[in-house]
Amino acid sequence: MGEVIVVTSGKGGVGKTTTTANLGTALATLGYKVVLVDTDIGLRNLDVVMGLENRIVYDIVDVVEGVCKIKQALIKDKRYGSLYLLPAAQTKDKTAINSEQMKQLCGELKKDFDYVLIDCPAGIEQGFKNAIAGADKAIIVATPEVSSVRDADRIIGLLEAAEMDSPKLVINRLRPDMVKRGDMMDIDDMIEILAIDLLGVVPEDETIVISTNRGEPAVTDKNSKAGEAYRNIARRITGENVPLMNLTIENGFFQKLKKLIGLRDS
Amino acid sequence: MIDFIARFFKKDKQSKDLAKERLQLVLIHDRINLPPYLLEQMKEELIGVIKRFTEIDEEALDIGIESSDRTVTLVANIPLKGEKKV
Repeated sequence: MGEVIVVTSGKGGVGKTTTTANLGTALATLGYKVVLVDTDIGLRNLDVVMGLENRIVYDIVDVVEGVCKIKQALIKDKRYGSLYLLPAAQTKDKTAINSEQMKQLCGELKKDFDYVLIDCPAGIEQGFKNAIAGADKAIIVATPEVSSVRDADRIIGLLEAAEMDSPKLVINRLRPDMVKRGDMMDIDDMIEILAIDLLGVVPEDETIVISTNRGEPAVTDKNSKAGEAYRNIARRITGENVPLMNLTIENGFFQKLKKLIGLRDS
Repeated sequence: MIDFIARFFKKDKQSKDLAKERLQLVLIHDRINLPPYLLEQMKEELIGVIKRFTEIDEEALDIGIESSDRTVTLVANIPLKGEKKV
């Protein structure tokens, strides 16, 4: 019996879909059987991020309505071992599915897969309720900005109310240079404010844009910092103890000067 | 020495500290679903109820909201002066 993990955030544009695509790909690369479920009905994007947009025949609404079997709607990603995508419907809206149907679907999927990753839509309405309905665990994606942290806190409260135990935090798009200047909240600030466990930190990285342009998740790029961060998070999901990667940088004038004269930061 | 010079040129408050302070305050109200004006009203009514039974030291009273680990607590320190004469 596998595990259903929902990737959620409240706020849009903080990296839920990117996180789902990368973690799913990384888990599949590690040898697990993984299915990605896009629940953002009406605004589907996991298909393009994964580069599978041309292979969609059936979608999640077709499955729920009994138009097709689950297996017929699953798209196999041949590049990364046992990775599958269940795409969202693009021409319907969030009310096309209810929480009970979603619970059933998740129950079916976790019989066949080690990990069922659910890409949650932004917001706290029906789409969110559906996405969390069948989930065993939750990953909260938040960027170090006030709007994202506030929304993440709201989501954590709603998950508590739904009796989902201890969601884990992924801090996304952290900019070490801004943290160093004191112009961006750091990892400790985020944990202190949200008071949940940290699962990982993904630095801001332009390779994410490039890999998304290509439809190949950044975890497959050995030179991508964000990809490395996502690979680490995937290993933590499987229970492995992986230390946080070093994101500190030394590029300021004073740092260079200090280095030059032999005084180094401790 | 260099640290001292670096600090000298830096602004007093870093913007991330502002973000943190503002968030911590707004999240308390979000979490208990009680905006600041209603919290004030609640405090006043609470004081009113206590005053019906006993005299309190209004100068020294302190009612506030504290938050730790996602649990928000109403903390009231209300010094009582003694039994109210009927």
